[in-house]
Amino acid sequence: MPKSSRKEPLLDLYIFETRQMLEELEQKMLQFEQTSELESSIHEIFRIMHTIKSSSALMKIKNIANLAHSSEDLFSFLREVNPRDFDGSGLADLVLNIVDFMKTEIIKIDNQQKPDGDCNELIRQIEKSLAGLQQSNPEFTARKKKAADSIKYDFFFTEPGKAAASPKKNRFRAVVFFEKDCQMENTRAFGTLLELKEVAEIVHYYPDDIIDNKENELLIRNSGFHITFRSDLSFKKIKKFFGHIPLIEKLQLQQLKKEEPDQAFPGVNFAYHPGEPEQAATIESLEPRVHPEPGKDQLIPVEAGKKNVTASSRQIIINVNVAKLDLLLDLIGELVIAEALVTHNSDLDGLSLDNFDKAARQLRKITNEIQDVVMSIRMLPLTIIFRKMNRLVRDMGHTLGKEIRLETRGEETEVDKNIIEHISDPLIHLIRNAIDHGIEPVSERIAKGKPEYGTISLEAKEAGGDVRITVKDDGAGLDKQKILQLAKQQRLLTKPEHELTDREIFSFILLPGFSTKETVTEYSGRGVGMDVVKDNIEKIRGNIFIDSVPNEGTAITIRVPLTLAIITGMTISVGYSRYTVPIDAIVESLKVSGDDVITGQNGKEAVVIRGKQYPLIRLHRLYNVKTEITEINDGIVMMVQNESKRSCLFADGILGEQQVVIKPLPIYIDNIKGIGGCALLGDGAISLVLDIEELLSK
Amino acid sequence: MDEALDNNEFELEEDTQKDRYLTFTMGKEVYAIEIVNVTEIIGMQAITEVPEIPRFIKGIINLRGKIIPIMDARLRFHKEPKEYTERTCIIIIDIAEHSIGLVVDQVSEVILIPETEIVPAPAELTGGHSKYIKAIGKVDKDVKLIIDCEKLLHEDGTDK
Repeated sequence: MPKSSRKEPLLDLYIFETRQMLEELEQKMLQFEQTSELESSIHEIFRIMHTIKSSSALMKIKNIANLAHSSEDLFSFLREVNPRDFDGSGLADLVLNIVDFMKTEIIKIDNQQKPDGDCNELIRQIEKSLAGLQQSNPEFTARKKKAADSIKYDFFFTEPGKAAASPKKNRFRAVVFFEKDCQMENTRAFGTLLELKEVAEIVHYYPDDIIDNKENELLIRNSGFHITFRSDLSFKKIKKFFGHIPLIEKLQLQQLKKEEPDQAFPGVNFAYHPGEPEQAATIESLEPRVHPEPGKDQLIPVEAGKKNVTASSRQIIINVNVAKLDLLLDLIGELVIAEALVTHNSDLDGLSLDNFDKAARQLRKITNEIQDVVMSIRMLPLTIIFRKMNRLVRDMGHTLGKEIRLETRGEETEVDKNIIEHISDPLIHLIRNAIDHGIEPVSERIAKGKPEYGTISLEAKEAGGDVRITVKDDGAGLDKQKILQLAKQQRLLTKPEHELTDREIFSFILLPGFSTKETVTEYSGRGVGMDVVKDNIEKIRGNIFIDSVPNEGTAITIRVPLTLAIITGMTISVGYSRYTVPIDAIVESLKVSGDDVITGQNGKEAVVIRGKQYPLIRLHRLYNVKTEITEINDGIVMMVQNESKRSCLFADGILGEQQVVIKPLPIYIDNIKGIGGCALLGDGAISLVLDIEELLSK
Repeated sequence: MDEALDNNEFELEEDTQKDRYLTFTMGKEVYAIEIVNVTEIIGMQAITEVPEIPRFIKGIINLRGKIIPIMDARLRFHKEPKEYTERTCIIIIDIAEHSIGLVVDQVSEVILIPETEIVPAPAELTGGHSKYIKAIGKVDKDVKLIIDCEKLLHEDGTDK
């Protein structure tokens, strides 16, 4: 269920953005760990830490803000000094721990709990790591000033072209006082500047090194934050604008006269802080804006260019609340039904309506298109999930002392958002299993003549209306005999041993409480899990197959539908009840005479069609439905298939093919074997959607 | 439907719903449901049968695109089943994101029972067949049995 939107949209946005940034940061670190090359991404990492710091401070989430602040120090150093040799994996570990900490806190916030994690230990670690780096790179202090400058330039030169092209006509001077106990005034001042930059061109601000100099907090707290800027907005609008910035307690705003030059500003500074030798610094920082230093020139266009790219790519993508998308989907479902209700209205029976039919066809075409578009909006690539696995594999490999490579294929395959949510946990579990149980320890691998490192491949591909995701390892494989033995001990066998296929034997491990692993590790082996995986997958009308070859490895395939919502199905009737069979599962429908039905010794029936026997499932018997039609000659036989076998269903008759909107079953009726959901038919009636996979495995 | 109350009546603010109860009768007893839990009241309609479900669930209905299971209050409370008449109503109850329809003999009215007039149900009432009663409300000389919707929805019946 998507969470209903909270009272504070700002907080929602914060959680969403911070999560995205943490994901990005994690990927960057993993990448760094593999390539040991930090230079290309250091700016990005720094930016992420900085944004997290500012926004967390804004949301008054102290521990994240403090932690981000510390990390920022560390990366600021790395960025400026660019030390050649340092402990790369130590850094990666540290940063990943930071990411984990922040993620945990974000989850707490999302669950409306207090983010109360203690970050002091991490901060201490960062400081230690930074101190170590500083020691081995003594030239740092000399460069520190430069570092601070370049941050400032970054900030100012994001939109150089725009500022030059249209000089803003009104000039203002503002002194901002923040609320007494809001803390981190310098960050807030920076935040204010960023906001202001959206509507105005900033000429100058004081204190000027708000990013680097912590002591300025006090200065801002006591004598305010001074900004001079130009804007096209009126005095009133600017005043209103400041009103929207949180935590501002007092604002002194004044509009400057046209002839008063911007450069007169330092004088103002003196008025507020007489005697402070800030004038020189002020002019210095203004200078590059007016006459860019030649040295900086090369850097700026690149920076600006990059930012423009991200800005324009952001404009074409918007974030939408999932609840709205769900609602839209529901409405489309209603529309499909309403359309059928109109075009197949019984009032029209027997009338010749050429024009109406033409219009109805047009309507149908458009509804189908809308439906396709809405479905495609909900489709997301599996990339998000697949990327998560990189981290998992890395961490587990470290802990268990196994070297493992993860290969992913087909991560661009798109599936419905709901499905992504449901397959994430199962996949994590399967990969854990593969690493823990599947891949052997290094010594064993060498003895077997396999490469030292284990390989896990994660592959997704589309097949028909389904997506198949395979987790494959090149480990020891499953022990068929052991599984069989355990299954016998626990009396799980449903048919004679010699009739069981390999897949059926392997599928015992999906049952609750079944574990062949004797030792329990941090990650798996407790006998819980695989059944949860199975449940989760079945909830979205999917299944699991297991293939395994001793000493070559195990492949577990998850088959899930591309989308949960709308399917094309054949609706059949049994008494007063209606059932819908997904069209992909149907082989054919036919009339069969009673002579072709044979009854086996165990009382099970089968139909002989073209010399082949197929098990017969009489729906009215299976579900105990009252119907007049019980003779095989009177009803209809529908042959359906799953991955491995074909069976025949017996029903009263076929009502027709149509697109149906599948709705989840409500409470009380959500665990009926063989029924995967219900659907609304064109006449408003409800039909039960058969889950052929489950029905045939019964 | 004459008995059907207008939807809008229930789209009031929460505080105006406080202490308000919808009462309905089944046999001689008068039952009450907190109005907060009631979404709407609809007349009897065709119920789609579903196999393999508890006996007190009659099936599902389609209420403007929403699938809602229908529970027969008589069967749930272990009373004699009764033919549905034109007075039979379905009360749509919303509890913790689940919707369920409750078939009752007849809907009476919306009444105000102040907190001070509500006493816990006697122990002999909360066990056995009446475990879905959470309290008793006194209105004048009458007694209304206040239904515990949570239990009504989640407690497993013994005759599954």
